[in-house]
Amino acid sequence: MAEATFLDSTELVLNMGPQHPSPHGVRRVILKLDGEKVLGADCVIGYLHRGVEKIGENRTYQQFTPYVDRMDYVAAVSNGLGYCLAVEKLLNIEAPPRAQAVRVILTELNRIASHLVWLGTHALDIGALTPVFYCFREREEVLTVFENYCGARLTTHAFRIGGLQYELYDGFEEQVKAFCDMFLAKVDEYEELLTGNRIWIGRLKGVGILTAEECKAYGVTGPLLRAAGVKWDIRKAQPYSGYDQYEFDIPTGENGDTFDRYKVRLEEMRQSVRIIRQAVDRIPEGPIMGKVPKVIKPPVGEAYVSIEAPKGELGYFVVSDGSPQPYRVRVRPPSFINLQAVDKMVRGGLVADVVAVIGTIDIVLGEVDR
Amino acid sequence: MRKFFRTVFLVDLLKGLRVTFRYQHPKHICTEQYPAQRPRIGERYRGAPRLNTNPETGETLCIACNLCALACPENLIVVGSERNEQTRRKELTTFTYDTSRCMFCGLCEDACPVDALELTQDFEIATYSREGQIWDRQMLEEGPKPTPYEC
Repeated sequence: MAEATFLDSTELVLNMGPQHPSPHGVRRVILKLDGEKVLGADCVIGYLHRGVEKIGENRTYQQFTPYVDRMDYVAAVSNGLGYCLAVEKLLNIEAPPRAQAVRVILTELNRIASHLVWLGTHALDIGALTPVFYCFREREEVLTVFENYCGARLTTHAFRIGGLQYELYDGFEEQVKAFCDMFLAKVDEYEELLTGNRIWIGRLKGVGILTAEECKAYGVTGPLLRAAGVKWDIRKAQPYSGYDQYEFDIPTGENGDTFDRYKVRLEEMRQSVRIIRQAVDRIPEGPIMGKVPKVIKPPVGEAYVSIEAPKGELGYFVVSDGSPQPYRVRVRPPSFINLQAVDKMVRGGLVADVVAVIGTIDIVLGEVDR
Repeated sequence: MRKFFRTVFLVDLLKGLRVTFRYQHPKHICTEQYPAQRPRIGERYRGAPRLNTNPETGETLCIACNLCALACPENLIVVGSERNEQTRRKELTTFTYDTSRCMFCGLCEDACPVDALELTQDFEIATYSREGQIWDRQMLEEGPKPTPYEC
């Protein structure tokens, strides 16, 4: 009897990462392969763990605000909004109307910026090199607005508990309106580059299908859920920060595959422009900061607030024990929970599809590991 | 038939290429030639910290109240002061600011009651050593002095 050689084994275990360009961060996927076919995938995370939740227990409520920006650094403004809303709920106060309108404008701009990063890098993973340059060119315009408004481009620290720190600068409305006018044409350009492209369709259609039931079972939210045909958006379901005043549609897909997610996100960018246009036209006058004590000492209790971040449902759970520091801060990061569905999505596909699937979830590893 | 024609003549790919070639004109260049060309920086940019002095007398504006050190999430500001026996007021002696741990959140700037501590538009604060990132009072008042680029 001949000895067994490696040629006999049909299964191959392959480590993809941690140093692999496709996940945009450090994360390892252990793939079980039969030739080109994926039999299973297991995600190993924790390479970017910084203990943000634990840091929160050792900082005062205001001091923790800059740290939340560093979880999902591509959508820092949304993170700041979620945390501020949670502490405001704990304090039982509400930001003034002017602050709420500005918050909506900035978070929607940030949604566009986040989706642009996703679109550019996702296309780059698939092999389309051109869109990334165009996407980052438009994103630069958004970041300029952030820089002019609050002084930082990426980790903005734009919002404070109870409202805003900075008043709008001169020419804010004009700059945002000019961006909106310019941007819709650019979205059509991305569509021209990608939507009809046969390689793009071939790589995305029917890849990584996740049905509505599977999405609900995994707790997957955001564009992934909407691409499966579920009309679920926290902005509509549980409106926060005055989102009920604005008119917009929830784009949905039908098949729940990677191509549908691409279409949903592009449509979301258009809807964001629609919200921004409505909000800029009617920014109410008034104070930008609510009545917040210098030392924030919320009453004993807990508060959970979830918002619709660009990547899905972003939740903040803050527990107070009456001291100036939170007793516990727990984050429900959308990327972390969406990442759990990777195994389901890649099973039975090809190795090259794994890259497409990881790209389509739009994960940010800073948020997954926290 | 129409679909066959479109497939053979690569209509979808040519449509994409049209967008690419539309941006070939030099007027569409958006790259900044950084060291040669100074970038535009927002007025509120949070960059290198500065301890402001009174421009006429050269005395520091800081009243050594220690509020910035308390506001800082990273505890990287150390304010040294001593009480002047004649005026019975606290006077600033030393001020240390560790930029290596700073995340430029601007909380110290917001906390300052006299606008003495300020985050400025200077962004060229790289140094060759870790010690160089710990700024003392003199450095904070004078600001960073980056080597100008010759081109």
